[in-house]
Amino acid sequence: MTRKITMMQAINEAMQIAMENDDKVILMGEDIAGGAKVDGFDQEDAWGGVFGVTKGLVQQFGRERVIDTPISENGYIGAAVGAAATGLRPVAELMFNDFIGFCLDMILCQGSKMRYMFGGKAQIPLTIRTTHGAGASAAAQHSQSLYGMFGAIPGVKVVVPSNPYTAKGLLLSAIEDNNLVIYSEDKTLYGIKGEVPEEYYKVEIGKAHIERVGSDLTIVTIGKMLYVGLEVADKLAEEGIEVEVIDLLTVAPWDQETVLESVKKTGRLIVIDEANPHNNTATDIASVIGDRAFDYLDGPIKTVCAPNCPVPFATNLEELYIPNAEKVLKVADELIFDLKKVK
Amino acid sequence: MTTNKALQEVQLTEEKALWVYETMHNIRNFENTLHKHFSAGLIPGFVHLYAGEEAIATGVCANLTDADYITSTHRGHGHCIAKGCDINGMMAEIYGREDGLCKGKGGSMHIADVDKGMLGANGIVGGGFPIAVGAGITSKYLNNQSVAVCFFGDGASNEGTFHEGINMAASMKLPVIFVCENNGFAEATPIRYSSASKTIADRAKAYDIPGIRVDGNDLVAVYTVAKEAIDRARAGEGPTLIECVTYRNYGHFEGDEQKYKTNKEKKLHPVDKDPINLFKEYAIENNLLTKKQLTSIEKKSVKAIEEAVKFAQNSPIPKSESLLTDVFAD
Repeated sequence: MTRKITMMQAINEAMQIAMENDDKVILMGEDIAGGAKVDGFDQEDAWGGVFGVTKGLVQQFGRERVIDTPISENGYIGAAVGAAATGLRPVAELMFNDFIGFCLDMILCQGSKMRYMFGGKAQIPLTIRTTHGAGASAAAQHSQSLYGMFGAIPGVKVVVPSNPYTAKGLLLSAIEDNNLVIYSEDKTLYGIKGEVPEEYYKVEIGKAHIERVGSDLTIVTIGKMLYVGLEVADKLAEEGIEVEVIDLLTVAPWDQETVLESVKKTGRLIVIDEANPHNNTATDIASVIGDRAFDYLDGPIKTVCAPNCPVPFATNLEELYIPNAEKVLKVADELIFDLKKVK
Repeated sequence: MTTNKALQEVQLTEEKALWVYETMHNIRNFENTLHKHFSAGLIPGFVHLYAGEEAIATGVCANLTDADYITSTHRGHGHCIAKGCDINGMMAEIYGREDGLCKGKGGSMHIADVDKGMLGANGIVGGGFPIAVGAGITSKYLNNQSVAVCFFGDGASNEGTFHEGINMAASMKLPVIFVCENNGFAEATPIRYSSASKTIADRAKAYDIPGIRVDGNDLVAVYTVAKEAIDRARAGEGPTLIECVTYRNYGHFEGDEQKYKTNKEKKLHPVDKDPINLFKEYAIENNLLTKKQLTSIEKKSVKAIEEAVKFAQNSPIPKSESLLTDVFAD
């Protein structure tokens, strides 16, 4: 049975189901139990993480499985790697992906490489839940979109859900995956609602979703950029242009075949990525599609990304920072001017 | 500092003493052999040798089983041997061969054998602290009495991971033992220059856990202190910080001219501080082992390392196809 719930509820529900199904699944992170169940603390409920995503789980599973850690990102993300290497399936919450500076070694040099370095003997079934995305006036240290950077590390899988349905299914896949998976949540999407089945289901890691079928232009989106892509598709539809919108869902490894098949059909590609513009997922997609589909292209591959600056604080500047439909339409016009004449 | 003079009441069993003597010899012979083979150009990459520090890995691991975990350092061969990793597989790994413990993909700096509880030598100084803490979390959650030992050098004690790791382990009362091998040099930097605290053990006070300084060349002292710490950890009483004071016989890496050591320091590499000699004297004085037993082990060890070299040199180089295997688990 499905019902409409928020993305935050969907993520919470996925963790609850995973913990009910497997007692090796534990949660670790700063304030994720938020003081609840501590001796002498009389509130039944507290934070549940800074955004409240883990709320209620400590009441159901106890502090042995919902572990508040010190503010010690290097310590507890590394501890999650160690716990994964020794038989548990931790889900570690890194409050903001911007804090990765403290603990990148544990992802870059330890967790992602242990299996390879150890000749296949180690297994690191670790999920790191984190948040990305601008739009909350949280400025340069709490708003970055770093999923592409993580995706550049061999041995790491990176998923970016776009709505409540994919959020629940991708998280269940991530927790059951025997690799280090970074699950990156756009903090500005937590409140959006969507149809989500009550029961257990998975969304496959590595598979993109064709959100809207079209024949004239392919737009690949990541996370929240899906909604920008759909807005553009609606606007262009008024002019008779049929846009195929692909929700990438997995940034590493990304679904080359789905994007390739779409571009072969439409001959035009725009990738929308909220990350800074250099060496990000969009540039990688452009490179691969340019290589594998050059003969099918009717124009240059275009990327619409954030500019090459930190995320600003002031609301008007932040609006300028985030890719929007207006910017994408401008780029699209360059690609489809000939189609417009025909239609 | 704790020494064996104060610990005469500790009795090693004959079986344990034999294991200890053989393990220390295996480490020494393994390392001296690598020293020769590296300078002969037979071994690729970097090699960081442990010779002279044998009493620490051996004395600590004498208290562990395969169900216990260790994390290690750049200078990890001694820990691997003491934790029971296959010596042939280790030698082949350092030679970069297919039969290496990590199929030739890790090399000297990353040797590991998770089945033996050896969670890896580490190419990142201080990389082992959080991982050992994680092993402690697993142990506490599964309530299986396993302990995790984090070996680290004096240099790593200045990394943030040292403080974060000990703080987490202490506040969560995890079964993790932090064993500092203070050999006097962080790479080329003497500890007197880079550390603001007089001893590493003193830092335990900040985390309200026991901090013990011990003569790291004294097998019995290390064994005794480690036993107490490990017993405490298994009993749920949390971590201990142990500082073992020792000396690095060789350079930071092989080929290092060690210009940062003073002439006095170079001369201060005395036979009477050698952990293997010290234990031999102890074993004879205390009628623990006979000269015949000791000689027999010495010969056995030489042979074992010769065999390991043959095994490594006869092992093929890894197949090209293996370049892309084991990046991800299925």
